This record gives sequence, structure tokens and C-alpha cells, in this order.
Amino acid sequence: MGKEMKDMILEYVIDEYVDEDDDDEVGYDTALISSGIVDSFSMVSLKVFLEKKYKISLPDNEATPEAFDTVNKICKLVLRFQG
Amino acid sequence: MAYTSKAREQFQGSIQAIKDKGIYKEKRFICSPQDAEITVEYPEGAPQEKVLNFCANNYLGLSSHPAVVKAAHEGLDSRGYGMSSVRFICGTQDIHRELQDRMSEFLGMEDTLLFPSCMDANSGVFEAIMEEEDLILADRLIHASLVDGIKLCSAQYDTFKHMNMKHLEKKLQLHSDKRHVLVVTDGVFSMDGDLAPLDEMCRLCDQYGAMILVDESHASGFIGKTGRGTHEHFNVIDKVDLITTTFGKGLGGASGGCVSGRRELIELCRQKARPYLFSNSMAPPIVNASIKVLDLVTTNTELRDKLEWNAAYFRKGVEEAGLCVRPGNTPIVPVMLYNAKLANDMSRDMYAEGIYVIGFFFPVVPAGAARIRVQLSAAHTKEHIDKAVAAFKKVGEKYGILGLDKKGIIDKYGM
Repeated sequence: MGKEMKDMILEYVIDEYVDEDDDDEVGYDTALISSGIVDSFSMVSLKVFLEKKYKISLPDNEATPEAFDTVNKICKLVLRFQG
Repeated sequence: MAYTSKAREQFQGSIQAIKDKGIYKEKRFICSPQDAEITVEYPEGAPQEKVLNFCANNYLGLSSHPAVVKAAHEGLDSRGYGMSSVRFICGTQDIHRELQDRMSEFLGMEDTLLFPSCMDANSGVFEAIMEEEDLILADRLIHASLVDGIKLCSAQYDTFKHMNMKHLEKKLQLHSDKRHVLVVTDGVFSMDGDLAPLDEMCRLCDQYGAMILVDESHASGFIGKTGRGTHEHFNVIDKVDLITTTFGKGLGGASGGCVSGRRELIELCRQKARPYLFSNSMAPPIVNASIKVLDLVTTNTELRDKLEWNAAYFRKGVEEAGLCVRPGNTPIVPVMLYNAKLANDMSRDMYAEGIYVIGFFFPVVPAGAARIRVQLSAAHTKEHIDKAVAAFKKVGEKYGILGLDKKGIIDKYGM
């Protein structure tokens, strides 16, 4: 798994979901959905970002809260769809 | 298919899982009219207790107001009990039209369409006006009914950080290629009691050619100097394109809701919104009583002024007592406890002190942001509020949280 992709997604997650005054520390294995940092409604922003950035199409049954729960899991999902 | 023992066990397991997560909703029975003072049976089967109600959406104290009850009786006598029809078949009376016209005037909008509830209005409005080439851009903390409505429609959607205008602008730039963009927000957010900065939001919508929809359910009747709502508060009445709101909170507390706004958008809702087409009309007694509510709130500002005073007085009281309170200036006052168990335990102790309040925690509010949400009413007296503040002080002292800030409470109880 490329570190570049991991860092890119982590940077997006922090920028998109963590407020400047929030003291949440987010890393590659931080739970995003189950911890409430990303809720199921706003998860769509992340999906749109991944599809545009990596030129993939993620079907709804694959873009699940479980598959999106950590940066590492998201990377695995993206790599799978990049083939 | 039969309801087999296997199916029953599976459903029982689902209920148990809710209980195990600590988010099971217990039954509570009110054995009196809705008001500042109510009689409650809680837990189920327990003796009835008289308590002070600080968790109703009865902001203006109109739920059992004599003039409103009288108008409901008159509506029952003159127009009957129910319509037995959806609006467009044979479910629209002259009083439905009158209430729509009165709401348009009250909210400063071009046209209005009544729905059985604001939940229905929010479920139907997006599908009626937004299509695949359009985009809905929503604040992340909008009400669940708006989320449902957005998910039900064919338009694309995206979100922006709660009340973060820089982030909203970034998203408006990102989606500048879409045919129509509709920004969606609550006017007053129900869990935090904070006001969406509609002045800045409308400015950005103007700049980027987007429309804006505001859910005013926790604002109609009392926010703004004459109670028109958040758009009045920020002096942007003519800039807001759509408002959804309810008659189930400040405006009487029974049921019913509406979409109000630009004429063509309301017409499309009339033609296409599924809850309008497939669910019954508001019942005549409620329609008639809602017209009376508008008479009351437009005659003078006595009720909203009293509510404003009550909210400020309560807020000052609990802050001086040393509770950690989220800043704000609406009748929703969140007493922050951060820890879910603490919020639950304290609300139970408050009930024992004769104050009916509820603890809220994840997933209703973000994880680690548990609180007791207090809602003031114009029906509360100064004595009611003094009693509630004294109870918070006593219970807060028991748990050793008086004078503690967020960090102090989390250090003591965790998140």
C-alpha cells in the first residue's frame, strides 16, 4: 500500500472532518465512523473525493461504514477497485 | 409468513442489542395536558408524580392555551374531525387555504403548502424540486428528517462542517458546475440551540448562485424581534428561498408542517411531493387552532418576549451555579456533561427533584458530547425556573461537577 495514498486520504479526512479547535488525533487506524468523527450522512463527501481522486466508482454496497472506518481500510478498498 | 419463534428470537435480540448499547428509550406517560407543570407516570406503572416540564418543544406555552383549545373546538364543530382524504383529492378546506396564506404572510414568503408534519415536508420537498444534475449542500448537523429527505431524492448531495462558512464556501466553489445548488440548514439547531449564520450563508448563496432552504422548526414563533424566525433575526427574509417548519412546537404543539417559499418551488411540491400526495390532510381542529396561534403571535410579542426573558434567566442561573453550559441565546440550553452515563444518571436524579429533563448522548448527539438539553417555555414562571436551577445545583453538587469545565468533567467521568 503506497504511503502517498494513505497520507493523501488522511490529510483529506483531517481537513474535511476535524475542526481546527478539535483535539481529536487522527491516524491511519483511528476509527472514523464508529467513533463518530465521520457520520453516515457526511461520509458521502469522502466517497466523492475517493472516486474523483482515484478515478474509481464505488458501489453503495461496498462504500459501507465498515469499509470506511479507518484510513487503512479505505486504502485497501481503493486499491481493490483500482485493480 | 408466520411469525415464527425463530423470527421472534431474532427481533428480541435486536431489542436487547439496543438495551446493551444503553440507548433504549423507556416509556414515559404524561397524564395531564401538556404544560409547564405536568403529571407523569414514570417508570411505567409507578405512581403519578407532578413535575415541572423542561423538555417540551412548548416554547410559547400554547399547547394548552385556552384560546387555542377553544379554536380547536370551534374547528371541530364547524369543519369536522377529519378529512378522510389527501390534500389534492378532497382534503383541502377553506381553512387549509387560509392557514397557508397566513403562513406565507407570517414568514414573508410567496406561497405555502401544508403537510401532515414537518417530517413529511422535509421528506418531500427535495424530491419535488431537485433532480440528478442538481446538488444539495447540507450542514452536517441538520435534523434527521432533512437527512432522510435528501437521501430519498435523486439529486447529488454533499455536506459542510457545522456552521463553518469557510468550508461552505469551499464546497460552493467545488460544486460550481452543477445546474442548481441548494444549501440546507436548520435555523436553530435542536441539540445545541445555536443559530445558523443566515446573513453570511445568504451572502455566499448570492455570490455563488445557490438557493437556500432553512428548517425553522425550532425558531418559528419566537426567534427574531417579532418571532418570524431566524431569517428575521438576521434580516434576510427576502433572501431565503425555502422554509420548512412545524405547527408541532412553538406554533401550538399539535402537529402539521409546511413548506413555504418561492412560488414555483411550492407549486412543484404541490404537484410532486409524495407525502403531500399520499398522506392525509391536517385535521380541521388543528388547522383552525393553528390560525388562532398565528393571531396570538402576530397581535403582540408578549409570549416570545417572556420566553426570551425566561431563557436568559435560566441560563444565568445555571451558569452562576457552576454548571457547564453551551453558550447561546435561544430557549434551548444544553447543560454539558460529555459522559453518557452521567447525563442519564443526572436526568434521573433531576426527576426525583421534580424536574423533568432528559439526557442526550451518542448517536443523538456526537460521541463525547452528552448533555441534558433544557428547553424553556413562556409558560414557565420565575418560580419554576428557580426550582429547576436549585435542582441542577443540588444534583450537580452530588456528582461533583459544579465549577468544572469540559476538561474537568471529562477528567472526572471520561467521555
